[in-house]
Amino acid sequence: MKKERIYPWYFAAGAIFLYTALCVIPGIIGIGYSFTDWSAYAKEVHFAGLKNFKEIFSADTNYLKYITNTLLFTVVTTAAKSGLGLLFALALSKNIKMKNFHRGVMYMPSVLSILIIGLVFTSILNPKTGLLNETLRAAGMDSLTQQWLTNPKIAFWSVMGVDIWRGTGYIMTMLIVGILAIPQVYYEASSIDGANGWNKFLHITLPMLRQTMAVTIVLNVLYGMKVFDMVYALTNGGPGHTTEVMYTAVFKQFSQGLYAEGTTISSVMFIFMVITGFFMIKILTKDEVVEG
Amino acid sequence: MNGKKKKTAVNVLKNVLAWMVSLIMLIPLVLIVVNAFKPDAEALTLTLSLPETWTFSNFATVIEKGKLIRSFLNSLLYAGCATVIAVVLGSMAAYIFSRRRDRFNNSVYMYMVLGIVIPINYVALMKVMQVTHLNNSVPGIILLYAATQLPFTVFLIYGFVSKVPTDLDEAAVIDGCGPVRLYFNIILPMLRSSMVTAAVLCFLNTWNEFVMPLYFLNSSEKWPMTLAVYNFFGQYEKSWNLICADILLTCLPVIIMYLVCQKYIVGGQTAGAVKG
Repeated sequence: MKKERIYPWYFAAGAIFLYTALCVIPGIIGIGYSFTDWSAYAKEVHFAGLKNFKEIFSADTNYLKYITNTLLFTVVTTAAKSGLGLLFALALSKNIKMKNFHRGVMYMPSVLSILIIGLVFTSILNPKTGLLNETLRAAGMDSLTQQWLTNPKIAFWSVMGVDIWRGTGYIMTMLIVGILAIPQVYYEASSIDGANGWNKFLHITLPMLRQTMAVTIVLNVLYGMKVFDMVYALTNGGPGHTTEVMYTAVFKQFSQGLYAEGTTISSVMFIFMVITGFFMIKILTKDEVVEG
Repeated sequence: MNGKKKKTAVNVLKNVLAWMVSLIMLIPLVLIVVNAFKPDAEALTLTLSLPETWTFSNFATVIEKGKLIRSFLNSLLYAGCATVIAVVLGSMAAYIFSRRRDRFNNSVYMYMVLGIVIPINYVALMKVMQVTHLNNSVPGIILLYAATQLPFTVFLIYGFVSKVPTDLDEAAVIDGCGPVRLYFNIILPMLRSSMVTAAVLCFLNTWNEFVMPLYFLNSSEKWPMTLAVYNFFGQYEKSWNLICADILLTCLPVIIMYLVCQKYIVGGQTAGAVKG
């Protein structure tokens, strides 16, 4: 009772209302609409049962491919960014001259618009005139030149490559902050006990970085599942849907007025993320937030 | 090789690696900068060579043709308003959740933070926007941005509220301070640095975002800079000098902000991830 007087609940009401109205309610009514034939072409919306879900999970349509693409993107980019990020963080956390410059540069891509990064890379990856192939040709490695974004076998890997370029610096920075926060005495004590570099890494650095790693992995999984900008700018799902992910597919259906299909894919995502989200939130909120 | 020499060698290698990685990160940015100053004929493709004739008129051209002033003001309006709404409402909510840690409030806090995870259903959101008459409107896009930034803002500030001692609250209340004055005059100033962090991140995210306007703003005079750049890219596909000038002007506010507020950005994005 006293708490209500000092900390009145209406303080929180604005945030809860806005978030509920524009983030949660669309998710929930979206589930409702996924059982209908909602489209831009019919005035009325009719109940359609499981028709949309059958369509999405049927082998005759491409939707399963978009789902597996999204998962592949998530797994590959998360693994690569975490691995490279850890490697660079270990190598570059100490004894680097001009370290602020390097860190500033490596972190920079994560503050830039993903869309714009994608646009710039469409030029870099251009097979005839792009910087990447030009450099390879200049270095005499003509055999390595590729149709980076138009060869169906390679395009998706190129998209993932650009995203790894974009995201590695961010993980590295987080891990460097984590490494520098490990008390030096642990290393000194283990040196006295005769531990070598590998032992120190395995028994001090890695366990101390576990929480940081867990959070970066969760954030990257979340990013990967929702990826849109990068794919939209680089390939827009092409060639022949080989790089299509869930959110580019949703946007295409939205543009074509196929609202029921669009909302069904979104709802599948929504339900999946709410269920797995509780575990991810547990990881994110495991410890008190500390200033980095 | 003795131990000291080996250590020096490793350090040299480390520095070489640092430069290599930094260069790979810098190349695309250098590409944008040098090509933004090239005349048409030199910029059919993006190359790292310096411009033979430095052309400054590209910027004037894109500002005029790309209607950049308008989209700049739009971006500023959307990001600015959304940031203020998200930080004010978010900090108030975080304060309540942190001070009243009963079961109910913990659950509501979790419900808010779940927003970091759940994806937006854009198709159904359009329905909500139409019903509330927010579709294709400036207030609509601002509220949308504020709503999507709220979960992370609440999450970020929540941790800092618990560091402000509750003794302060009690003393203020005994002195006859009401809840509104208590919050705005006493608690808020103590949360300043976390609120700046939250504000900078909100602003950056909103400035860079382009999916919301792609779905919900049909008229080009309401487009923010990112969407305007994308459209410009489609119209002038061969004129990389103009595209780069456009990109440079769009990224400039973000880069300046990054250089000035690096501490807040890195600190905020790593907050929670690093155990102190």
